[in-house]
This record gives sequence, structure tokens and C-alpha cells, in this order.
Amino acid sequence: MDSISTQIFQQIINGLSLGSIYALIALGYTMVYGIIKLINFAHGDVMMVGAYSGWFAVTVLHLPFLPALLFSMISCALLGVLIERIAYKPLRNASRIAALITAIGVSLFLEYGGMIVVTAQVRTYPPVFPDTRYILGGVYFKYGDIVMLLTAVVLMALLHFTVQYTKVGKAMRAVSYDKDAALLMGINTNNIISFTFAIGSALAAAAGVLMGVYFNTIDPLMGIIPGLKAFVAAVLGGIGIIPGPMVGGLMLGLVESVVSGLGASTWRDAVAFLILILVLIIKPSGLFGKNVREKV
Amino acid sequence: MRNWFNRKNIVALLGIVLLYAVVQGLIVFDIMPPFYKLTLILICIYIILSTSLNLINGITGQFSIGHAGFMAVGAYVSAMVTAIMHGPLLLGIFIGAVVAALGGLLVGLPTLRLKGDYLAIATLGFGEIVRIVFLNMEFVGGAAGFTLPSKITWTWAFLLMVFSVVIIKNFVGSTHGRACISIRENEIAAESMGVNTTKYKVMAFTIGAFFAGLAGAIYANYMYIIQPGTFSFLKSFDILVMVVLGGLGSITGGIVGAVVYTLISALLAGIPEWRLVITAVFLVVLMIFRPTGIMGTKEFTLGFLGKKGDKNATSKN
Repeated sequence: MDSISTQIFQQIINGLSLGSIYALIALGYTMVYGIIKLINFAHGDVMMVGAYSGWFAVTVLHLPFLPALLFSMISCALLGVLIERIAYKPLRNASRIAALITAIGVSLFLEYGGMIVVTAQVRTYPPVFPDTRYILGGVYFKYGDIVMLLTAVVLMALLHFTVQYTKVGKAMRAVSYDKDAALLMGINTNNIISFTFAIGSALAAAAGVLMGVYFNTIDPLMGIIPGLKAFVAAVLGGIGIIPGPMVGGLMLGLVESVVSGLGASTWRDAVAFLILILVLIIKPSGLFGKNVREKV
Repeated sequence: MRNWFNRKNIVALLGIVLLYAVVQGLIVFDIMPPFYKLTLILICIYIILSTSLNLINGITGQFSIGHAGFMAVGAYVSAMVTAIMHGPLLLGIFIGAVVAALGGLLVGLPTLRLKGDYLAIATLGFGEIVRIVFLNMEFVGGAAGFTLPSKITWTWAFLLMVFSVVIIKNFVGSTHGRACISIRENEIAAESMGVNTTKYKVMAFTIGAFFAGLAGAIYANYMYIIQPGTFSFLKSFDILVMVVLGGLGSITGGIVGAVVYTLISALLAGIPEWRLVITAVFLVVLMIFRPTGIMGTKEFTLGFLGKKGDKNATSKN
């Protein structure tokens, strides 16, 4: 009896660590979607670039964890702004399909361009955390798990503060609510959109570094599946709302580790997508979303 | 009674027969290198795929990116029929397509209530689920793939391609097809004019899935081996790119897109690491400078030939 409850707690810990990564990626998705209604397919690949720049910072520049995290976040913020300016900005008024296909194009470019730059070879992430384990009532807490959860929570709190209590955050909410009205009120919407991409990409970069630490290996195609799953998390929580992806990400992480714990790890991804389809059919606006009635 | 043997149709038929005969001649007399033959059959497969996706995305305006999932269903089911149960080739292809169509019906009924991005992501999820299901099926080889004899010849591939395009083209020109176009143009207006939008959306989706399954079945029975990895969402993106490249909503555009894209891929086959990078850059540049694709919604027709024929000959598109 005792071992079963320990097992359950262990899976919950694993699920929360994984879920916090999903939540970080999902936040970027939901912010971009909230502001320009674009599913940024390249988001998972920005995460991959973040993982690689973190790797670069640790192994080549010999930085410790926090500066490496900052380095990777800043470089990806720049990358995000660059992508937005080059690929998405010219399509601001084009059809949604055109923007979506551009996003797919950018995603492919980052994946296979990345493959040329860093080769397809899988790289091992250096151990940034000591391998200490804390045992509490039979449940193992890895040092890394705790740092990951803390990093994710701190970043989410920072984001929440930025969006709710700063002037930029207010402008972001305004642009997301009504772009034209925001423009008329003197908000530079282009800058705000770029800023949103910068923040979203920085969060993705943080997720990438954490992912590298969590799974120990990185490769140029690592962003695809987590990117899709983070989107599932965003939809699950309600896309376009800040707390949505946090809850969605953590839930998805928990579900996945439970499925893995039951010994069906090959079905893990299928379960994630099944949840997505079910959520979309039953409550398309997500757990926290409001139902918007269609007006003619 | 419409006269089917007008000048336009005869010229089109002659063109098709001529194209077939030339290639078949080159194959029979062994002039055609194997790589060219492979490319030609792939072009046939991709024409079916892009035309069927065009029916869903371009004509009906429902954004689906799970086409590789239906292709996988067709491929695996037909492989089971022809290789495990030793059924005849045509029966295998037909069953594969029908099962894919049933899958399309099952997926379409609940998900087609969703709009735009949500539908896209739901179909993407469906495609991935299909892939994972086949990955976990041990009796069709799992991740290692399933080997089966190659029975498809150029004749079969070409005939099935022509069959698919003719059916879809005529569907688009029919009452049902027009209903589908009206959904694309304005769903609310279509509904208030009495078009049963759900019915036509599901219809288009099912027909699209049928032909995707057909293409998958041809693929499986030509390629010697099928692996779940082949039918990942990258394949769906490939098909989508063809449709958008040629022009969403233009059947002939979709065909042009399939031919051009397959040829580009074949040309870049020597430098595989650059292939997708070049494709990606091309895609972004195309979307920025010509978001409607090469043909837009225009069709390439032989209408100019029919002017001297009888009045029914030039049915406007």
C-alpha cells in the first residue's frame, strides 16, 4: 500500500517537472496567439535554439546555470523579434492560412537550418546540477527537479506581473483586445507585437534549457513534439489567457507521467493528442476560456 | 442530355492518352532510368493527394493538416489486404481507400464543428494518433516498417490518378461542389441560403479522405516498405505546401503544385540536408510575395477549344 502511494507521489513529481516545461512553452504560444491570432508553429523550434544556446553557454563559455539561462533567453528573444519582423510582419493583413503556412516554413527552416549548423548528431547536455537527491517519505526529489519547478514558477510570476501591472503589459492586453482601437489610443502596436514575441521566445528558451537538463540530450528536431504538446497544453487551459497554459501544461505533464508510469509510454503522445481532440470537441475554448457567441 | 464527346473533352482525353503512351513507351523500351520512373509515379501519388486536400482546404475552405493520417490508413489497410491476406491488388487499394473514407467520416463528424486554427490542430492531432497506432501494431511491423511486394506499375498509378482527378473535378462542378464553394466563401451566408453546411463539409472531408487513402494504398503497393515515420505530419505539410504552391481552390493549380514540388524535391535529392531548408525559405518568400500561390483560384482550362462546339461544351468554372 505504502509503495503504491510513494509511486503515485513520484509520478506526480515527475509530471510536475515535465509539466512546468510544457507550461513555459505554452505561455509563449498563448501570448502570440492572443495578440495576433497566429499559431506560431516555429515556437517549439525556438525552444530548440534556446536549448542549443544554453548548451553553448555551458560547455563553451563555461557559464554556470543562471547566466547560461539568461544568455539563452536573451539570444532567443532577439531571434523571436527577428522572425516576427522578417516573416510574420509582412503578412499582418494577409489571410490566416498564409500566416500559418509561413509559420510552418519558419519552423522547417529552423529545424533543418539548425541541422546544417550544429549537425544532426545528438549532443549530451553537461550536468549543470549536482546529482543530490532528497528523500521525503520515500519520494525522491532530484535537485534538478526542484530548480526546474522553481525556475518555471518564478518566470511565470514575472510574466504575470509584467502583463498585469506594467505599462507594457497593459498595452499588450489592449492590443490583444482590439488592435485598431489600441493603435488609435497611441499604442505602437508593431513594437508591442515584437515585444510579445521577445517575451514568448525567451520563455521558450528557458524551457529549452530546462528540457536539455531534464532529458540530458538535445538534437535539432527536439522542438517538434514538445512544441505540439505545448500547444495541446495551451488549448487545454484556454488559449489567449495567461493562467490557462500554466494549468494546462501541468495537467498534461501529470497525465503523461501517469501514462508512462502505467507502462504505456509508447502511447504517451497519442494520449496527449486524444486529450486535445476531446477538449476541442467538448469545450473548444479550453478549461478557462469563455464561450464567445458568433454574431452575424 | 449533355454531349460528352465535345471538342474539349476529346482533346483532353487525347492529351492524357498521349502522355500515358509516351511514358509507357519509354518504360517498355527501357529508355527511362529507374529514378525518373520513381519520380513519375510519385508525381501521380502526390497529384491525388494534393487534389484531394485541395477539395477540403481550397474548395470547402476547411483547414485540415492531417492528410498524412488518411494516407497512412489507406497504405496500411491495403498492405494488410494485399500482403497478409494475399488479396488482389485492386481490391486492396479499394478497401484501403474505403477504410480511410470511413476514418474521414468518423473524424469529420465531430471536428468539423471547429473553425480555422482549431480544426487544423485537431486534424494534426488525429494524424499523429494514426501514426502512433500503427507504430504500436506489431503485426504490421511497428517502427521498423512493413515490407510488401511492389505491384503498382506506371499504368495503374496513372489510371488511378486520372480517375481521382476526374471524379474530384466533376464533384467540384456539381451542385454539391458549388455548395462546398459557398461554404468557403461565407459559411453564415451559405447556411442562411439553405445549404446544409455540416453535411457538405463532412462530404468533402470524406471524399478527400477516400482519395488520400487511395494515394496511400498506391504508395504502399509501390514502395516495397511502409513505415509509420513516413506518415508524420511533415508529410501532411508537404501536401499542404503543394496545394498552396499551386493555388488553394484551383484543381489544376494543385496539380501544377504537386508536379513542381515533386520535381524540386527530386532535383534537390542530391543535397538532402539543404532540401528542406530551401523548401522552407521558398515557402516563406512565396507567402510574402504571392500568398495565393501560382494559379490563385484560377483554373487552366481547355475552354478556348470548345467555342465552336455545341453550347453545352463550355461549362463555366
